This record gives sequence, C-alpha cells and structure tokens, in this order.
Amino acid sequence: MTAPVSIRNATKTFGEFTALNDVSLEIEAGEFIVLLGPSGCGKTTLLSLLGGVLSPTRGTIAINGRDMGDVSPSKRPTTTMFQDYALFPHMTLRDNVAFGLKMRKIGKTERHTKACELLDMVGLKASALKKPHELSGGQRQRVALARALAVEPDVLLLDEPLGALDLKLRRQMQDELKAIQKRVGTTFVHVTHDQEEAMAIADRIVVMNAGKIEDVGRPEDIYMRPKTLFAASFMGEVNFIPATLKGRGNGMAEIDSMLGSISLPETILANDALPDQGPMTLAIRPEHFRGVSTGAERMTLGSAKIADGAFFGTHYRAHLAPIAAPDMVITAHMPQSANIEPGTMVELSIDLASIIALPGHPQTPADPATQG
Amino acid sequence: MISSRFSKVISWAYLIALYGFIFLPVIVLVLFSFQDGRLPVPPFNGATLKWYGEVFADNRLMAALGNSLMVAIGSSLVACVLGFCAAYGLARFVLPASRLQRGILIAPMTVSYLIIALGLLSTFNWIGISLSLWTVGIGHVVINLPLCFAIIYASMGDHQKNIERAARDLGAKEWQVMTQVTAPMLMPSILAAFFLSVTFSWDEFIIAFLLSRFDVTLPVEIWSLLRSGLNPKTNAIGSVVFLFSIALLLVLELLVFRRTAKK
Repeated sequence: MTAPVSIRNATKTFGEFTALNDVSLEIEAGEFIVLLGPSGCGKTTLLSLLGGVLSPTRGTIAINGRDMGDVSPSKRPTTTMFQDYALFPHMTLRDNVAFGLKMRKIGKTERHTKACELLDMVGLKASALKKPHELSGGQRQRVALARALAVEPDVLLLDEPLGALDLKLRRQMQDELKAIQKRVGTTFVHVTHDQEEAMAIADRIVVMNAGKIEDVGRPEDIYMRPKTLFAASFMGEVNFIPATLKGRGNGMAEIDSMLGSISLPETILANDALPDQGPMTLAIRPEHFRGVSTGAERMTLGSAKIADGAFFGTHYRAHLAPIAAPDMVITAHMPQSANIEPGTMVELSIDLASIIALPGHPQTPADPATQG
Repeated sequence: MISSRFSKVISWAYLIALYGFIFLPVIVLVLFSFQDGRLPVPPFNGATLKWYGEVFADNRLMAALGNSLMVAIGSSLVACVLGFCAAYGLARFVLPASRLQRGILIAPMTVSYLIIALGLLSTFNWIGISLSLWTVGIGHVVINLPLCFAIIYASMGDHQKNIERAARDLGAKEWQVMTQVTAPMLMPSILAAFFLSVTFSWDEFIIAFLLSRFDVTLPVEIWSLLRSGLNPKTNAIGSVVFLFSIALLLVLELLVFRRTAKK
C-alpha cells in the first residue's frame, strides 16, 4: 500500500527552541524521499510528526488526504524503522515480523505465512526461527525492515536506519532498500545526514537546516543546481566565490566577482531568490575545473597557481591560488595526467553551465565547506 | 620462597575458617537430623531416617509446609506484579515527584520486620480484619514489594524503551506492550525478583508469627516445636527447609542467570 503525504506549514517548538519552522512539503505516493541535514536541523522532528510520536505546534499533516491531527501513532498508516533496530529480543524472527499482524488480530497461520514471505524478500527465510541476538547488524536491519513492511503501511518512516552499519554494508543495504522500495511501492521517508546515502537512494532529496527546508529536488538537481549556499555546501565539496550582481538585461547578467568581472547568461541565474542587484555567490564544484569539455561553452576565471595537490585515483585534488585573489583557495580536481608541481600555472577553465549562482555571501570565508 | 608458602597456607586456612563459620551450623543441623537417639547433640550415635519419617507423618508440620508454600508463592506473585507495574510506570512515564515516589516505594526495605508486623497488626485490628494466612501474605507483599520493584526497575533501560516504541508503532496497545514485550524482555529479572521473594517469604518468622492465628506457616510451626526442647525431628524439618532453599537457588541459577549469561 502507498499514499501521498501532505505537510502544510508544520511548526514544532520545544519551549523557546524552534525545531521545525513553517515547513511545507508534498510527497507523492510511492516516492522515496530523503530528509537530509546536519543534526539538529529538524529532520527527525519532521519524521516524528509524520509518525505521530510528536504533534505539531502549528500546521497540519495529512496522509492520503486524511488529516492526522487526532490519530494516535498506533492507528496511523505509518510504521517506523529505527536506527537501533528495536527488534523484540525474546521473539524469533518470524514472530518479530508477525507482531504487527498479531496486533491487528490476524490468525496465526496467516500471519506466519506472511512473515515468512517477508523474511524471504529480505533473504532471511532460512533463519525464521532464530532469535535476533544470533544475527549480524545488517541482518537485524533487514528483519526490522520486514517487520515494518509486514503490516503494509502507506508510509514507511526510516530513522537513520543505516547509521549503525559499517560503510561497505551501508552501501549494500542502500541498494537493497531502494530495490525493495521499488518492489513494494510504499512511500518511504528516510532520514539521514549522509549526502552520499541520500543521493544513492532518493527519488527526491529534502535538504534541511535550522528547522527549515533549504532545497527540494532530484539528487541531480540538488547537486548541480542547489538553491542555497547551505544546500550547495552540504551536498559535497564546493568553491564559493563571493560576487556582486551589477545588473541584468538582454539575457545577460553583469557580475563583479573576486576573480574579476564576468557576464553570465540569465539562464545560469534562474533562481527566484536572486535579486536584480546585490550580493551573490558563484559556486563551482571542484570536478568542474577538470576541463573535459564536450562542445559546451567554456569560460575562464583567469589563471591560478597550484599550491599543492594529492592523488585520489580517479583524479588529482589540488589547491589553487588565483592570481586575481592570491589569498583565496580554490579546490579543483585535475586529470590523472596533469602536472601538479607546486607553482605551476593553470587556467581556471570551466563549462559555463556548471557555474551555480546563489543569493547572498558565505557567512565566513573560513567555512570548512569552501576550503575543502 | 618460604614467605610465599606461608602466605598460601594462611590464605587457605582463612578460606576454610570462613566457609566453616558459614556452613558448620548447617552441617551440624543436617548431620544430627540423622541422629539415632533422642538428642541432636554429640556424640553421633549412628544414622537413621526415623526423624524424617516422623516429620512427613506429622500432619501439622505438613499443613504448615503447605501454608508456607502457598503464602510464599502467592505473595511473591502479587509483589512481582505490583513491582513490575510500579517500575514500568516510573521508568516509562514522566510522573510528578518520581524520585520521591521511588524513594517511598523502596523505603520499607529499611524498616525492621518487627515494626512492619506491629504496624500491620494494629491496622488490621483497626479495620477489623481477622488474622489468617491472608494477613501473613499481605505482610509478605509489604516486605517483598520494594525488593521486586528495585530489581525490576534497575533492569529497565532506554534501549528497551525504543523496543516498546516499536511495538506501539506496530499497533500494540499499552497493555499489550506491557504483557507481550516489556514483561517477556525483563523475564530474567522478574524471575530473579520472584524467586528471591519466595525465599524471603519462605523463612520469614516475625511477620508470620504476629499476623497469623490458627493456620500458621512453617517457621512458626518449627518455633512452637522448639519450645518443647531440642529434638532430632526439628533438625530434620530444618534440613528440609534448607534443602528447599538450596533447590530454589539452583533453579534460579539454572533458569535465570544461565539464560542471561548466554545472551
């Protein structure tokens, strides 16, 4: 089963602290949504509002068009997958998975059959009569998934479910989660602070910060065309070049940046939050300096001197000091064949389309995200 | 070399003296329950099972033994259920003055059994409840409830809280969470609390003595036997009581602690 979710103007305050500030989000039925953000950004609060563990101070939550205002957690069409698995230690895997069905007064034979089907789906059918303590972390997580899906919820809430697994297992579980979600078609709302995990599994990513939604979109959109400085820096390494928008007209925008004056086509500046004039930031991902052009329009931001570099296998990661602003540090990925001798001059050449124009200036030039 | 050997001898001697101090009275009790003679004092005249035969033939002793079992099991069950509910409430919900409430629940542990018995005696008189095995049972619930509460409360952690949340998330009602998730999860400590309170109730004398009238528990019956002087028969019943306690301990060890150690 599956259902759309509609969050309208949800606000949650704890005393003086605003955990969630006027958040609205429409989730389609069967979507895999990832709430991404640092700890304290409100993503877990939002998940708790959906599950009914918390109720919003203001605003409404509707699942399948039905307002959840006075529906208790156990009556909601949602189930949760917890980070610490929260399996019942005294029950076999089969009884764990069948627990929700038992609470719904479904007969023993039927619920055992269903539980075994689900254990089969997560590859643990042979262990149906084992107890949770006999399993590895990844296996327990699979049981938790089967248990949450057994009651056929409209929406599955995943509270950093892969956080306790080691990196390799986490990547493997991401693929499985995605595959299972496609198979069952249930709406998944998944919370994480790992942007790679978010990109690996999400249909749409919701980037959150300080109780607000910063950006919503497909992983490609969020990475290539983020809407805010925060979304740009949270989704991976990025160089921020502070600039001032001088004026727009004739499909072009005149920009004064720390690396000199440039003019960019208006299409690059397609961000509603950008003013006609005033402070802005040019954001460029390190890999976009790599200069493998496929006929796209390129431009240069002047020359820079290589400060240092390290070999990363697929590329060199180098720190560059632009001639126009020697105090600035630009992180760039360079081809494996590049000469990264310190002091070598390189051209800061990029595809026009890969430049991201964002409103405002980074708060501190020493922001670790800009320095890489 | 010499000093290390010397310290070894000393520590062995200490160990033997320590266990001797603890167990010699019990060994003497059990040994002279087999005494072929009228007095359970040295010299040991030879072994006989005559006194055990007399114990098991004694209707009053056997009735008292039955009463003791009933009171011990009944009062321990009640104490465990009440202790579990109190622990669940205090560990899982935000209650007003919960520290104070915990303190008040555990406080009876520090009060002597004599005071509790006297208090209950005058309370029962005042309300007009006549003394019986029921009143003894109530007394034993009063002394064992704090123990059961403390043991069960100590085993309720935050990890289990999340497991209970998962149960609620899957549609379990509060009583279903308690009976199907929390209680089975805490079964080792609930069993430990149960068996401990059975042993405490089993050989409790003062409360049983002051709060009973016609039907009495085993310790009270033994006490009235002792009034007519020492007798190998009292040793024999004492040995039976001791054997029962040992058996309980073994059950506790095998059923509860082994299982928790395995996990």
